[in-house]
Amino acid sequence: MNHAGFIIATYGVTFGAVIGLAAYAIKQGRELSRKVPDKDKPWT
Amino acid sequence: MTTATVNSKGVGTPTTRIYGALAIVALGWVLLGGLFFTPEDVVQGDAVRIMYVHVPTAWVAYLAFIVTGIASACWLIGKKHSLGFDRVAGASAEVGVVFMAMTLLSGSLWGRITWGTYWVWDPRLTTTAFLFVTYVGYLAVRGLGGSPEQRARRSSVIALLAVLEIPLVHFSVVLWRSLHQQASVLSPDGDIKMDGLMLFTLLFGVFGFSVLFAWLVSHRQRIMAMQDALQTNALDAAVSERLREAQV
Repeated sequence: MNHAGFIIATYGVTFGAVIGLAAYAIKQGRELSRKVPDKDKPWT
Repeated sequence: MTTATVNSKGVGTPTTRIYGALAIVALGWVLLGGLFFTPEDVVQGDAVRIMYVHVPTAWVAYLAFIVTGIASACWLIGKKHSLGFDRVAGASAEVGVVFMAMTLLSGSLWGRITWGTYWVWDPRLTTTAFLFVTYVGYLAVRGLGGSPEQRARRSSVIALLAVLEIPLVHFSVVLWRSLHQQASVLSPDGDIKMDGLMLFTLLFGVFGFSVLFAWLVSHRQRIMAMQDALQTNALDAAVSERLREAQV
């Protein structure tokens, strides 16, 4: 593959960012769910 | 004293789990198909593989900012001024800024291969960078503090102004002389000059990143709802405490 460094860097940054963002959302959601009563969580 | 029930399972629902599963399948294909299975381009060679992430992330960033604009308009126009609209607007802008950053970065790497430079003050690149900075500013304004209602009022006005930049970015390649190529899929003549597997991977990427966007916005706006609830509950508790102290 020509320009492999640039292409792999693009995929690494993109997929790394979306996985990081999703993992952070899950972690933050779980932490806050322990602190907030169910009445304030209409989706539960 | 009553004890509120607390469920620590997070913010996922059956619907968001379906979004998550669809996104994993679609993006798994983009990763494998984009890197290994799709053919080289006759002009750009392997550099075309960057297109499978660059175009979908740009699409999602546009989509996110349009959703922010619509949700902000709904908050302003709606009689109840539901904070749900404001949270969707904020969550969508956050996701949009991350996707816009990914677009700028992937475009920069692609530009280094095809143009020989990471950055040039080309109309498309410049307007995209301006759009990115505008929404970073929007998020900064959201974080200024105050009540959720005050946050919603000031940020919704900014969102309605900022969304007007999107047509300027999209049509910048037509309005001015630009290094950036014009639309290859949504071209005005409707003629798509692309190999079938390349087009499928590109469109599947657009689908996968769009579903991921829906998943991320669903989660982020629920997180914001819990943050708002914590803030309001803490304020109520502090007011009750002061009242109790005043009575003693």
